[in-house]
Amino acid sequence: MKGSSKIEDIHTILGHVVDPEIPVLTIEDLGILRKVEWEGDQLIVTITPTYSGCPAMAMIEKEIYGALKNEGYENVLVKSVLSPAWTTDWLSEDGRRKLEEFGIAPPLHASADKKILLGKNAHIRCPRCKSENTEMKSQFGSTACKALYVCKDCKEPFDYFKCL
Amino acid sequence: MTKQEALFEYLLRIGDNSLIMGHRMSEWCGHGPILEQDIALINIALDHIGQAKNWLTLACEVEGKERTEDDLAYHRDVLDFRNLLLVEQPNGNWGDTLVRGFLFDTWNYYFAKALTNSMNTQIADIATKSLKEISYHKNYSADWMVRLGDGTEESHTKMQDALNRLWMYSGELFTMDEVDEIMLKDVIGVDLHLVRKEWDDDVNATLTEATLHRPPDAWMQKGGKTGIHTEHLGYILAEMQFLPRAYPDAKW
Repeated sequence: MKGSSKIEDIHTILGHVVDPEIPVLTIEDLGILRKVEWEGDQLIVTITPTYSGCPAMAMIEKEIYGALKNEGYENVLVKSVLSPAWTTDWLSEDGRRKLEEFGIAPPLHASADKKILLGKNAHIRCPRCKSENTEMKSQFGSTACKALYVCKDCKEPFDYFKCL
Repeated sequence: MTKQEALFEYLLRIGDNSLIMGHRMSEWCGHGPILEQDIALINIALDHIGQAKNWLTLACEVEGKERTEDDLAYHRDVLDFRNLLLVEQPNGNWGDTLVRGFLFDTWNYYFAKALTNSMNTQIADIATKSLKEISYHKNYSADWMVRLGDGTEESHTKMQDALNRLWMYSGELFTMDEVDEIMLKDVIGVDLHLVRKEWDDDVNATLTEATLHRPPDAWMQKGGKTGIHTEHLGYILAEMQFLPRAYPDAKW
């Protein structure tokens, strides 16, 4: 019976699964959710980690099983794949907007971020006062996916979701 | 040595480099000179541990003896580890840690970059994933080399001393043995002679900018790749493996 459920229904259910460290983003917004498909009676959910060592993966996996179980889906397999490697370019436009509202500057597109890797200044907009007069304090922030910035106008420190 | 044995050894070497480097970096947790740098090192440690998990999981699959990556990490002894001697060297002072990181990260970057072309797609996939993270490590290390090398007299001296002390472990990054040759022949592994050229150019450029002198190549220590380690690895394992060995069924 459940094997005939539409894939869109599954996406609706998984639309409630969020990243435990950035709870305003769903795994779909983040681009972590790669594929949902039926293989016979089994529902296969494919996800990919943002960073190799992302400690949220185990929890996200558990939450996917939980969310689906609540809706009666028992025969589920969550698979984690590495390829193609996750990139911040997969972050949805909606996700970018939600990140900024949450106080985290969304990533520039990967090509623009190369400048930062080369130590050049890129214009990261302060999520609070929207000034572009900001400065990188550390390439490594509160989690693996973020860098630490400070706004030179409003003086507030903020996280920047760095490009990968 | 069969191809499968060589592949298992090859994966152990890559995985153990990440694991031991990651553990060393994690020892800085709560001890960094300032909060931002403490966090940076722990972020890098986490990348290494994540990569180690990917490599060692694949090693277990190749071995086919139903061991898991945790078995490899926690239930092997010193002689079974295959990491480079460089990564097991003690953290020392901030400069020692940065120089060790600089020598390794620069190598790891060009090594992983070459591995992305491996004919073994599982290896190429892990390398592609890792390379993005390693780019940040390499950039971080090089940045600090310049900042402290071309910093105060004291910071310059400490960086040069660390470089002089650790240089003898840099030769092993490029030694090719039977395992490397088998992997290279099958276009699974990497030609370390080519990696050497890129490493040399990059290291020389950064050292020049950092006003540091490249030490002359003299006697190079080696052995890690075949399980002959410095005395430091045993202490790392004693700490890293204590819990799973004392309480084998312990779960979070």
